[in-house]
Amino acid sequence: MAQIFGKSSNSIFRVSLVSAFFGFFAFWGLVYLIYWSSYTTAQGVPREQEVPFSHQHHVAGLGLDCRYCHTSVEKSSFAGIPPTETCMTCHSRVWTDAPMLAPERQSLATQQPLRWTRVNDLPDFVFFNHSIHVQKGIGCSTCHGQVDQMPLTWKAHSLYMRWCLDCHEAPEKQIRPRDQIYNMEWTPPPDQAERGARLVKDYHISRVRLSELRDCSMCHR
Amino acid sequence: MKDAREPQVKAGATPAMDLAAMRAKLNGARGQHYWRSLEELAETPEFQAMLEREFPAGASEWWDGVSRRNFLKLAAGTLALAGLTACTKQPTREIFPYVKQPAELVLGQPLYYATSMLLGGFATGVLAKSREGHPIKVDGNPEHPASLGGSSVWMQASILDLYDPDRSQTVTHRGDISTWALFLSDLNDLLSEEHTTQGAGLRFLTETVTSPTLADQLNDLHERFPKAKWCQYDPVTRDQVREGSLLAFGRVVEAHYRFDQASVILGLDSDFLYTHPERLRYTRQFIDGRRVSTGKREMSRFYQMESTPTVTGTMADHRLPIESAKVEDCARYLAHQLGAPVQGPNTTLTSAQQQWLGAVLKDLQAERGRSIVIAGEWQPPIVQALAHALNQALGNSGKTVAYRDTAEANPVNQLQSLHDLVDEMKTGSVRALFILGGNPAYTAPPDLEFHQHLAKVKRSIHLGMNLDETAALSTWHIPQNHYLESWGDARAFDGTVSFQQPLIAPLYETKSAYELLGAMVQQQPTRSDYEIVRDYWQKQRLWPEFEKSWRKALHDGFISQTQAPPREVRVREDFDRLTPTGRTMSAGEKKPAGAPATQNVPTGKQAPVQISSTPAPVSKDTSLFATPQKKQVRIENLEIAFRPDPNLWDGRFANNGWLQECPKPVNKLTWDNAVLMSPALAEKAGLMTNDVVEVSFEGRAVRGPVWVMPGQAENTVTLHLGYGRSRVGRVGEGVGFNAYLVRTSNTPWFGAGATLISTAQNHLLVATQTHHNLHSPDRQIYRATTLDELRTQPDVITKSVEAPEEDQTLYNPEEYKYEGYKWGMSIDLTACIGCNACVVACEVENNIPVVGKEQVYKNREMLWIRIDTYYKGTLDNPEFSHAPVPCMHCEHAPCELVCPVEAAVHDSEGLNLQVYNRCVGTRFCSNNCPYKVRRFNFLRYTDYHTPNFKPMYNPEVTVRWRGVMEKCTYCVQRIAAARITAEKENRLIRDGEVRTACQQACPAEAIVFGDLNTKGSKVAELKNQPLDYAMLGQLNVRPRTTYLAKVENRSPDVKDQRPVSQPEEG
Repeated sequence: MAQIFGKSSNSIFRVSLVSAFFGFFAFWGLVYLIYWSSYTTAQGVPREQEVPFSHQHHVAGLGLDCRYCHTSVEKSSFAGIPPTETCMTCHSRVWTDAPMLAPERQSLATQQPLRWTRVNDLPDFVFFNHSIHVQKGIGCSTCHGQVDQMPLTWKAHSLYMRWCLDCHEAPEKQIRPRDQIYNMEWTPPPDQAERGARLVKDYHISRVRLSELRDCSMCHR
Repeated sequence: MKDAREPQVKAGATPAMDLAAMRAKLNGARGQHYWRSLEELAETPEFQAMLEREFPAGASEWWDGVSRRNFLKLAAGTLALAGLTACTKQPTREIFPYVKQPAELVLGQPLYYATSMLLGGFATGVLAKSREGHPIKVDGNPEHPASLGGSSVWMQASILDLYDPDRSQTVTHRGDISTWALFLSDLNDLLSEEHTTQGAGLRFLTETVTSPTLADQLNDLHERFPKAKWCQYDPVTRDQVREGSLLAFGRVVEAHYRFDQASVILGLDSDFLYTHPERLRYTRQFIDGRRVSTGKREMSRFYQMESTPTVTGTMADHRLPIESAKVEDCARYLAHQLGAPVQGPNTTLTSAQQQWLGAVLKDLQAERGRSIVIAGEWQPPIVQALAHALNQALGNSGKTVAYRDTAEANPVNQLQSLHDLVDEMKTGSVRALFILGGNPAYTAPPDLEFHQHLAKVKRSIHLGMNLDETAALSTWHIPQNHYLESWGDARAFDGTVSFQQPLIAPLYETKSAYELLGAMVQQQPTRSDYEIVRDYWQKQRLWPEFEKSWRKALHDGFISQTQAPPREVRVREDFDRLTPTGRTMSAGEKKPAGAPATQNVPTGKQAPVQISSTPAPVSKDTSLFATPQKKQVRIENLEIAFRPDPNLWDGRFANNGWLQECPKPVNKLTWDNAVLMSPALAEKAGLMTNDVVEVSFEGRAVRGPVWVMPGQAENTVTLHLGYGRSRVGRVGEGVGFNAYLVRTSNTPWFGAGATLISTAQNHLLVATQTHHNLHSPDRQIYRATTLDELRTQPDVITKSVEAPEEDQTLYNPEEYKYEGYKWGMSIDLTACIGCNACVVACEVENNIPVVGKEQVYKNREMLWIRIDTYYKGTLDNPEFSHAPVPCMHCEHAPCELVCPVEAAVHDSEGLNLQVYNRCVGTRFCSNNCPYKVRRFNFLRYTDYHTPNFKPMYNPEVTVRWRGVMEKCTYCVQRIAAARITAEKENRLIRDGEVRTACQQACPAEAIVFGDLNTKGSKVAELKNQPLDYAMLGQLNVRPRTTYLAKVENRSPDVKDQRPVSQPEEG
């Protein structure tokens, strides 16, 4: 009876063994890469909008404060998205016939809302509150990036839980003085470790509160 | 007499459970023997099997015809695909800003509005919560006198009616879709016709009206059309109370009781804690008079006689099951003994009854001026009058009982009013009938044949929220606003003027009664209900500055100090000699001769109950599957009693899934009504729960399943109204049987002479009474004591608790220190009345789905808090006790240790969390939960696709998906909201700032939640009370929810009970 396996079988088997070993890591490595890539997270991908609103122009160029449009950021979980009327405080006088702003004018005329594509969106089982973050010294740019440099807005971070926990586990790394909250240019100073620790105390984030920050119930209900 | 009641022939069907054996077992039992169901007492094999398991058979397995091989294939496939489900990208979503944002609205923050909900015509003040413009929750308005912050099940569940996709949405004309404009043109034709006859053919049929504006509109129409008539009919009528007041005082007044100031309370078939219009206030005050949790050692003693166990009856220290008709005799006995000018009992009372009444009498005499006698709405006028006479004889009037004018705009005998209307409909003199709310084609007494005569009326206009039985027979149907979409006003039971204001624009083309009547007066321009109500109040000139005061009234939801005026009344000396038919009624209304009496008052010469059995007619079905021949059992001369359903009321909530599924107080029945029957009668007749019987009464019959109800009066069967709806919507149609079919106009609430015939049919009734049972005779799940015992041994409960062994835990005692907040809950078992308000409140707050009858049968109901009702004592007259059971949030939680994916985890404040996005559905946790409080989404129960329901969900709580475990969270979203508010103000959360949904809803304030580390917090104080105990505390799981043992105030003169805290056997 002829042999079932030829001589080459040995080599094929060895190669298979080795590639299975590396393949395992390669597969999970690939999964990891895709998981953290901007393909999945949409991090850094500018989103098309019906009205190509530029934060760069309005914030860096004109110097509008974040709270001019995002009015409830200090009061509510939701920072607020400006109603058409807010846009019209200026655009009823300037750029009144710009084609770019046609949806805006139509919205006002027909009383139908504008449609924006969400840029920063959390899953439905995550409950985030803007007001408490702003109150406890987390500035806009910490999570949203330098919005004043974005012609079309994109997501600055993955918004994954690991990324949230980086800060919840060590808030002193990102905490800033209250007068710097809306400063887009703020970056942690060289002595942030020391300043941060002091601010944590000033904001009444005690040791007990720090442990609460890591509870699941902080964000999941 | 006694012999005649014995069954003549031993009846046919063998009961599945042997009631006689249960009886013997209970007689032999010593000490505190609690039981929850007949199944438990019978120790059926099924019940035993269920106790052993986390879920009953079928609840956790998939047995629907999948072979082992196929199962393994599916399992492999599932495993292979399971990982892939996580590989989805988050979908891109849109966001829609306002065009013009309302100034008061902060996106993401709730707004609260004070408005009023009406039931039985009376207003209860509510605070409705709105998120981004849609109402999501309704709770009691703490400042409103009829609520005091408490809720009823109906109030909590009313939000679902707003979003009900089966609501009527357009005007219909003879069943076809039509428009309001077409209706108006027809209305104008009608009005021009009626102008010539001064409205002789115009009739208005309303429910009980307390609204000043609506009454004003109707009076206004009466001026335009002097011959038009206004009739009122509410199936849950207070006719007996009105007539009783006329009989006793010669005028219609309402009695108002101060239960908190009474030492002895006697209920004559009264359900004042659940069905009375003042239920929430009475609950609070009744419990305040009995609250011993704060160290007080005084409480009122409550005696109740009733035919069927009610919420109120379960709270009694001594409860006497007695036929409804016998209540009059008991009242006469007492009144006679107290020297009131009345005759003694019509029949002789048994010695046991006399002994019981003797104890009542002794207590009443000892507490003159500090007692209350209250008669139920079901009792005939003479019993109402006897109760008034008793209160007067005891010197209670002006102390614990006050009289006020009624809040009703036009108090009439409603049954008579409907009767007169039908008489006119018969003769054809009614040319146009406006039915403003209500569903008389379904609720009217069958002998009036309202539905037949309605079809003959030339123009009938029905205003209602559903395309119901009446809508189907009416010429025009106008969809009605929900109260959260409508402006309006009404009076509370005490007369306080209360306002309704809308939280949302009408979802459909709906109208309110105000707008419909308004259109009869003025159509150009159409006046909205807002203008109509506002104009009415502006005309009243109540306030010097209208706009300011009007806004304040709307803000508060009511106008304070507008109670009906108090009246000093004396009971007429001769009331017992007056006959109900011989009197003049309220002004201008005469009862024609020959009209039916208000109540079929059974005489003393009642025939004894007869049970007989005959062989069933021979079936022609010779196939293998023919049911075995049973003997037909016939029971005659029974008393029949009707009651509004504890969930569906008169049927108006039939399409409300929350209410259909809410386990009814006492018997825990869901998705059905039943013929409630006493164990003694069932035993004699050989009937058992689920046997379908035919109930015949006054020549009419209806079929329904039997439910053997411990504590039911022996010869009374009780039928609950509101089921058997033929047209209401997808949820309520065909559920249960229609008890209205045998509720004739002679017998609004009870009557003698009903016949019951067994059938060969069976109908499966599903009750949650056996579910999630913690059965264990030696564990003392439920603890109770008496006031006397507590006075002599303050530590009676503490002593009885077996101390846990501290080292018996798998937890590292150092792991959690709880230095911040330490949340805990205390539930007062003396205060819990078992009304279910917490259960429904929890469903609304936490987006808990309805699962349906079949799933409830499989023990898959999703309720996060359940109310376990325990029975103690005999089958015929058990004591009832309620224990609300939410998640205990154990410090040494057994569930957490077994979760393979850490979905059940602890937090630093002691909350026992369930992280839905981690849960993979192994159900190990619920298997390990000693309290059986975890609920698993076996199927996709939550409806996330019907657009109507989307705005109803609480946006602060995750909507769970299939395959996920869930349970009570201590309303963690409310803790989070309070924490953020407090942190922003750099302070700690104050005591009382976080209230769980169940706590907020509880009308009795039985549930207290708070931080155990806050010095002097209410919950910490309660946990230091000697009555505090942990359910299953001996397991050393250290539950954060603990109970305050029930305290009863027993009379030493009633010998119907065993002492409560004898040592346990074994």
